[in-house]
Amino acid sequence: MAETEYLLLIAGMGLVTYIPRYLPLFFLAQRELPCWLIEWLDMIPVAILSALVFSELFLSGTPRHLELVQAKSLVAIPTILVALRTRSLGWTVISGMILFWLAEKII
Amino acid sequence: MLLMRSGPSQEDSTTSNDHRKGLKSPPPSGTLREGFKAAWPICVGYLPLGFAFGVLAQKAGLGPLDIALMSVLVYAGSSQFIAVAMLSSAAAPLSIILTTFIVNFRHFLMSSSLAVYLHGESRGFLSLFAYGVTDESFAINLVKFREGRWHRYQALAVNQISNLAWIGSTTFGGYAGQFVLAGSLGIDYALIAMFLCLLTFQLRGRIYLLTAIVSGAAAIAISFVVAGNSFVIMASLFGATAGFALKRYARKRRSHYGGD
Repeated sequence: MAETEYLLLIAGMGLVTYIPRYLPLFFLAQRELPCWLIEWLDMIPVAILSALVFSELFLSGTPRHLELVQAKSLVAIPTILVALRTRSLGWTVISGMILFWLAEKII
Repeated sequence: MLLMRSGPSQEDSTTSNDHRKGLKSPPPSGTLREGFKAAWPICVGYLPLGFAFGVLAQKAGLGPLDIALMSVLVYAGSSQFIAVAMLSSAAAPLSIILTTFIVNFRHFLMSSSLAVYLHGESRGFLSLFAYGVTDESFAINLVKFREGRWHRYQALAVNQISNLAWIGSTTFGGYAGQFVLAGSLGIDYALIAMFLCLLTFQLRGRIYLLTAIVSGAAAIAISFVVAGNSFVIMASLFGATAGFALKRYARKRRSHYGGD
């Protein structure tokens, strides 16, 4: 890939990433939000993160297929325990990586 | 140096419990320090994650400067991982941009949640703040805003400090990539572990746990019907709506039987 093409690519990626980050702040911060909307928005993060986690843990390959028990999903259990216990993103990421590395060696 | 200036209220924690009051005031003293205290867990998470990204990008043929530029312009971890994977399989730039849009559209929902706490801010501040809205800064800032006593400049500091950690660690990974074997050090698990941790932090009660299960199951189900990555957005909207309905229903029942 040529350098100008790459620059155009990341500029495009940057633009389509920035706009969804900006628009709600621009429009929603200027007015009072209705109560139901605030309550609905409150459920958004848990829903997104869970959708990401489930698809990362239980789907594999192309075309994708369901694989409930595999190294990724098994390692998730102790990783969640570390997150609950330490409440620290750093420790959780490092423990998850080490546990996965070990699990792949064993399996 | 505006952020370091010491304001008239030395202990902002004692002045007000109302975050809205804090919003209008100038940055309190120790904004950077408080920002660091809140952002360091993100930074510690970004170091292995950014390193992992840098290594993978180097394997895909990107130089350290290319990697740094992408981290500055895009600043969205998971989509950067996906873009590099697509680059190595020689995907068309337009399809990479479209995928980036779909994967990062979740920030639209996050910015919407944060907007509640940034009511009436200037447009200049909002456009700077928007740049730093990520899964991680969102999760941390939302918790802090909910607790109250969280100043908009402290939230901005969290965004920008995390951004620096991301740019630094990805660039470093780009330099170090040539010395690291593909697939070693559990690098493939960095992103999953981060999502797991952020999800765990969000489970603040039974309704949230149920929402997570509904949304996760929906993601799996929809992923078999829809091609590409858009199933994440669809499942999130479905899961959040289901959770919202459940919450309303539970409250109605309680007030019906309990006589609120």
